[in-house]
Amino acid sequence: MPKDLEAVPPLPASVRELRLEIEEFNTEYIAVLDACRVEEWPRFFTDDAFYIITGRENDDANLRVGLVYCEGIGMMRDRALAIAKSMMFAPRYLQHHVNNVRILSVAGDGTIAAQANYVLYQTLVDEKTTIQQVGRYYDRFVRRDGRLLLKERRCVYDSLIIDTAVIYPV
Amino acid sequence: MPDDLSNSAAALTNHVWPNDDLQLIPDWVYTSQEIYEREVERIFHGRTWNFVALECEIPQPGSFKRSFVGPTPVIVARNNDGSIHVFENRCAHRGAELCRPQVGTTKEFVCPYHQWTYDLTGNLIGVPFRRGLNKEGGMPKDFRPEDHNLLKLSVTTRRGVVFASFAKDMESIEDYLGPAVLEDFDALFDGRKLKLLGYYRNTVPANWKMYHENLKDPYHATLLHAFLVNFGLMVAGNKCGTIVDPSGRHGTLASARPDEKLNVDDDSKKQMRAFKEGMKLEDERFLDYVKEFKSPWTVTMQTIWPNLITQRELNTLGVRHIVPQGPNEFLMIWVMFGYEDDTDEMTRHRLRQGNLMGPSGFLGLEDNEAMKFVQQGMVRSVSDTNYVALGDREEGTTHKIITEAAIRSMYRNYRGVMGL
Repeated sequence: MPKDLEAVPPLPASVRELRLEIEEFNTEYIAVLDACRVEEWPRFFTDDAFYIITGRENDDANLRVGLVYCEGIGMMRDRALAIAKSMMFAPRYLQHHVNNVRILSVAGDGTIAAQANYVLYQTLVDEKTTIQQVGRYYDRFVRRDGRLLLKERRCVYDSLIIDTAVIYPV
Repeated sequence: MPDDLSNSAAALTNHVWPNDDLQLIPDWVYTSQEIYEREVERIFHGRTWNFVALECEIPQPGSFKRSFVGPTPVIVARNNDGSIHVFENRCAHRGAELCRPQVGTTKEFVCPYHQWTYDLTGNLIGVPFRRGLNKEGGMPKDFRPEDHNLLKLSVTTRRGVVFASFAKDMESIEDYLGPAVLEDFDALFDGRKLKLLGYYRNTVPANWKMYHENLKDPYHATLLHAFLVNFGLMVAGNKCGTIVDPSGRHGTLASARPDEKLNVDDDSKKQMRAFKEGMKLEDERFLDYVKEFKSPWTVTMQTIWPNLITQRELNTLGVRHIVPQGPNEFLMIWVMFGYEDDTDEMTRHRLRQGNLMGPSGFLGLEDNEAMKFVQQGMVRSVSDTNYVALGDREEGTTHKIITEAAIRSMYRNYRGVMGL
């Protein structure tokens, strides 16, 4: 069962506006990932952000391990650099499809809790396209200099059995 | 049928080891269905101890885990007296794989199809309408529930690790591992209670033995994993060992990082720097090593035949459970853990360092990709042997890096068991 299912009251117009803003944020985020411009990926986060990709079985049981586990933007930049410059993997194309953005709450300090569903299609250049992951983002956004940034993005995937490897951030 | 039997015997007589030479591994050990079926029979269902669970996964009476011995589904359950039982996950009635959740707690196992019911040790304790309805139908008069328990396996544990075997008269796990492999096993499972941190699951389109071989191969570490060298995890001053048990099946790939990173001599430093080309980690916390083990090694990867890898990579710890899915694919279940007495900061250190391993790990990801390439090469090509001649014909424990001695040891044992 998705978390915080009862949490959302009817949306006032200002929150609708916010949802649109988050959809635009996600669209830009995905554009960077789909272009495999992984070194630009950390710029969507605050310096102290937390990023994790984990299976739903772990999230449900409060088990803290992550397929990717980054405390702070430095660890994200390190991962991005390693993927871009050091790691060995087969060439591929990726497409993320993100939808069902929900605003769960806006805290007094302006922190926005939101979620969205994602599907990640992977096409290895010599294989048919597969669904690599189906999952959900659990996000915390903050506003810095007028712009939204992620303070936390938890990518929780339903597709517990991964085909071979997940190379790029989700 | 006699025809089928003779066909299958003929198929195996066609599998002749090239030149009777362990420097040559024929592709068919990785690709043949007949060989795979014999492996299941003689290795996974034979005289081996197979990993099935960590005790911390089934902490309470009634806790259970769905697991595998080779490809065969089993249930691992903790009985009310605390004892651990392993039995086939297959209803004695119509064969349904009756337990569906990966983990959980229960008083009994009820098959969802006709509700045959089993206790936590696998004994049949209930058959609905056993005596029929209105005195009609039902089981024959001589039906004895105790003749229809779930198929039970032998069980043993060592320091919180649970093993099972289809063999009834297995030697102790200590004798099975041998003293040298047991020493590094005990360094990781050192008596502290384990704390479960979570799971990764992935398939790799490669033969299951390839995973053992990859961790009996110190040669690949600095070549495939440029990350290790680029970011200074594996430096010129590292000591290495490839430890092999007397049977040849099990092994430990070990390395020791110098205490001080600056302990590398100037010449090596220059070479390292040339290799780095401006690559430097912004956040070096995840390369930190907190000394906590009674071992000269900072890294030990153990290959415990036939289905377990233990991982002690600095402070990120886990076991990997190999579940073969035919000759051309295996499922890998990673169970990551720390210790009960870890502080929150230590747990977070292990989680940060966990970025090295798993199917998105800086190292783990590359291993999976490489093994896929090898299987594709073997399946699609005309050439038909692997050439493993590094270190010439030496076998057993060595302290060289550029050797394939441990792979040859594994195949000497394998050929004996498989009759090849």
